[in-house]
Amino acid sequence: MCTTCGCGIGQTRINGQSMQSRHHSNTRLHYRPSQSAHDHAHKKVAAPVTVEHAADTLHFGTGIAGTHAPGMSQSRMIKIERDILTKNNQSAAGNRRYLAEHGIFALNLVSSPGSGKTTLLVKTIEMLRDRLPIAVIEGDQQTDHDAARIRATGVPALQINTGKGCHLDAHMIGQALQQMPIPDNSVLFIENVGNLVCPSGFDLGEAHKVVILSATEGEDKPLKYPDMFHAADLMLLNKCDLLPYLTFDIDLVIDYAHHVHPRLPVMQISATQGRGMQAWIDWIRAGCHRAAATGQSLQHIDSTLG
Amino acid sequence: MHELSLAESILQLIEDAAIEQKFTQVKTVWLEVGQLACVEQESLRFFFTVVTEDSIARQAKLEIIDIAGQAMCDQCHQVIMIATYHQVCTQCGSYALHITQGDGMRIKELEVE
Repeated sequence: MCTTCGCGIGQTRINGQSMQSRHHSNTRLHYRPSQSAHDHAHKKVAAPVTVEHAADTLHFGTGIAGTHAPGMSQSRMIKIERDILTKNNQSAAGNRRYLAEHGIFALNLVSSPGSGKTTLLVKTIEMLRDRLPIAVIEGDQQTDHDAARIRATGVPALQINTGKGCHLDAHMIGQALQQMPIPDNSVLFIENVGNLVCPSGFDLGEAHKVVILSATEGEDKPLKYPDMFHAADLMLLNKCDLLPYLTFDIDLVIDYAHHVHPRLPVMQISATQGRGMQAWIDWIRAGCHRAAATGQSLQHIDSTLG
Repeated sequence: MHELSLAESILQLIEDAAIEQKFTQVKTVWLEVGQLACVEQESLRFFFTVVTEDSIARQAKLEIIDIAGQAMCDQCHQVIMIATYHQVCTQCGSYALHITQGDGMRIKELEVE
C-alpha cells in the first residue's frame, strides 16, 4: 500500500510489471488554491513495489481545513445509495461482456491454500489441451511459481501478484485480458489467491466460481467460511484418493455445504490419481459449448447490426 | 484483509461524488452493511481511517447502519430473519432459503460541506 495516500495499487503486478492505477481519477481536482495540488512525492520504495502516479493522482494532502473560511460553505446531505462494490462490478460486467463476445468460458477457482488447485489445473490441462484452447490467469501474493507450472504444460499463463492483496479483483482481470491474447472459444481458468474468505465477494466476470475443498481439510469448512460456498456454483472435493487414510466424513461435508448452499453440485475427485476427473472435464466441455454458442450468436448479431 | 479494498472503494465513490456534486469535505459517511455481507466492521473502520487520511474524507465519521439478514424459504415461502447462511427455515426446517436482504454493503448518504 502506498504509505502516503493509502492507495493499495502499488504492489499489484502482472507478469512482474506494475499494474495501471485505478484508484485515482484522471481528472485532477483542485479543492483549494493550487498549492495544495501535490505536496509530496511518491518515492520509489524497495525494488518490486513502485508505481509512479504523480500525473493522475488525487491528493488532498494539506486538507481543506487549512484555508477554510467561515461562512464559505455549509454542511449538507448527499444521497449516494451506491453499492460499495459498484466499481468492481462494473469492471466485472465489462470482462463478462468481452468473454461472452469471444465465446470464452471463464472459471474462477477458489479455495484455501494447499487444496491442490494448481495440481488440479495441471491435470485438467493435460486432459483438455488436445480438445480446447486453454489460457490461465494465476493469482498469488508473491512468486510466479504457479504460472511456471502451468507454462510447463505448454499452455499460456499470466501471473498476477497481488502484493499484500488477498484476492483478485475485476480490474486486475480486465488488465490481464488486455495483455493476454486468448483465442475465441477457449476455456480460461483463473486461479484465485488461496483464501477461502476474501475472493468470495469479488466478481471477476467469470461464468462460475468453482470452490475446491480437499479431504485433508475439516468437514466443517463450509460452515466456517460460508460466503465462499454460497457464492460457488460447483464444489470439487479433491484428494479423495486419501479417504481410506483419513477420518474425513464425506457425507457430512456435503451435508454442511448444502446447509449453506442447497443444491450445490459436488464432484468427488482425485487430481493426482484421476478419480472423478472425467465428470469435471465433461462439465467444463459442456460449459465451453454453451459459451461458444453464445459467442457465435453475439457475433452474428454484431455483424447483422454492423 | 479485503476490508482494505472495500475502504478504498468507499473512498473512490466519495471522490466520484465530490466531482459530481462539488463538495470539498466529508464530515460523515453513512454506510449500510448487511449482516450476511462478508465484512468485518472493526477492520473496515480501521482501514477507512487509513485510506481516508490525507483525502477529502479525512477525519470523517463512519456511521454503520446494520441491515438484518432476511430470506425466503423456497419450500414454504415463509419470509424469515437469518443471521448466517446455514440457518434453517423456522417454519418448515428447510435449508433451501434464498436471501432477500442483508448480503450487501452500500454508501447511503454523506454529510458534506
